[in-house]
Amino acid sequence: MELGQATETARFAETALPHLDAAYNLARWLTRDPGDAADVVQEAMLRALKFFGGFRGGNGKSWLLAIVRNTAFDWMKANRPAEIARFVPGGTGEDEHDIENIAFEGDDPEAALIRAGDRRQLDGLIEALPLEFRECLVLRELEELSYKEIAAVIGVPIGTVMSRLARARQLMQRGWLKEETR
Amino acid sequence: MMREIDHLEVRNLLHAALDGELDTLDMMRFEAHLSDCTECTAEYARLSALSAAIRERVPRYAAPAELRDALLQSLMPREAEPPKVVPFPASRLQRWLRPAAGGFTLGAALAASLAVMIATRNVENAVTDSVVTAHIRALQPGHLTDVQISDQHQVKPWFDGKIDFAPPVKELSDQGFNLVGGRLDYIQGREAAVIVYRRKLHMIDLFVTRSDHAGSGAEPAPAPRTTPSGYNVEHWTDGGLDYWAVSDLNRNELADFAKAWQGR
Ligand SMILES: [Zn+2]
Repeated sequence: MELGQATETARFAETALPHLDAAYNLARWLTRDPGDAADVVQEAMLRALKFFGGFRGGNGKSWLLAIVRNTAFDWMKANRPAEIARFVPGGTGEDEHDIENIAFEGDDPEAALIRAGDRRQLDGLIEALPLEFRECLVLRELEELSYKEIAAVIGVPIGTVMSRLARARQLMQRGWLKEETR
Repeated sequence: MMREIDHLEVRNLLHAALDGELDTLDMMRFEAHLSDCTECTAEYARLSALSAAIRERVPRYAAPAELRDALLQSLMPREAEPPKVVPFPASRLQRWLRPAAGGFTLGAALAASLAVMIATRNVENAVTDSVVTAHIRALQPGHLTDVQISDQHQVKPWFDGKIDFAPPVKELSDQGFNLVGGRLDYIQGREAAVIVYRRKLHMIDLFVTRSDHAGSGAEPAPAPRTTPSGYNVEHWTDGGLDYWAVSDLNRNELADFAKAWQGR
């Protein structure tokens, strides 16, 4: 006897809705815009419902955030190609040379951070981080995911998560110290 | 020499230590090194301060209420209302319709998949699905109760004039079921009074509707059910009213609830 797909929808809602704030927060920090974030989350929930058959228990939060993250990247490819062009999906981030080659919002990291620091806001500093560092920092500090969970969301090895997080904090610290000692 | 090696290793462990990712042995080595290395101590303090500042001052954005409501409406429409297609702000809807703007057409796609779901569920389960769905929807923040009080003398009159029958409201706190409040909902297109109880951390929704078989006396109750999503449902009919109790409470305790209610 089929129990009915309405129950499947209920099971989906039960799995996904508790993580709606986390989904929105991630989308908000990736897109840096409240309206775009809402669009991304709506699309991500649709994809999540479609792929829910493939989800067999486990960590619902990582599962949903991975979909949100992929949706956000697809959305940016379609709507802000310039912003994402600099992103190196295959880059390990472990190679210091790789990292130095990633442009920082169009100019050097130092200048961008000083500019952001002028706003005297940590938010500004985070928004100025390159995407791959920003997502690691947000998932760790705001969503409090473990390295293993972050690795699952982003789809990279744990070592890459560690080096990206270290690099994100290094960049943050540079701007932050300037802000604090002003 | 030994200290030099420690220093280089510990520099690489600072973040893992801060993030609680070190095992006990590494954490001990880390702390031992910090106790006699001012450089690592200072760097660790700076990182901790940054992390604390981020957590304290940087917003963790909550999903806007309109987004949550739009998703709830898409996933679990209130049945008596005409099916709405994602009443999210119109300007955004227009953007979805704009060609090549990312191609997001959530409303239509969800509505289509829901139509299939509703068409395929069978009639007996449909009622159960319907009460479970309403229960889950109610568990979302801000959706639990319309009236939030704990005294039957306050809950009972609240339904007056809102629904065309008088749902009995019973006080069961002496049996461990605390009255939380009430609200109105729709089950299979029919108005339902919902009386909300709490047992420890578990919410129990008791849905009450007019029975199809009014006047024919008590119906034999179908066997209690556990849905695949882990909710238990108890159903009975009494005095021309249909009752469904839904909760994530375990089956035995929910059966106790049903018994306690019917025993009063
Ligand atoms: Zn040291």
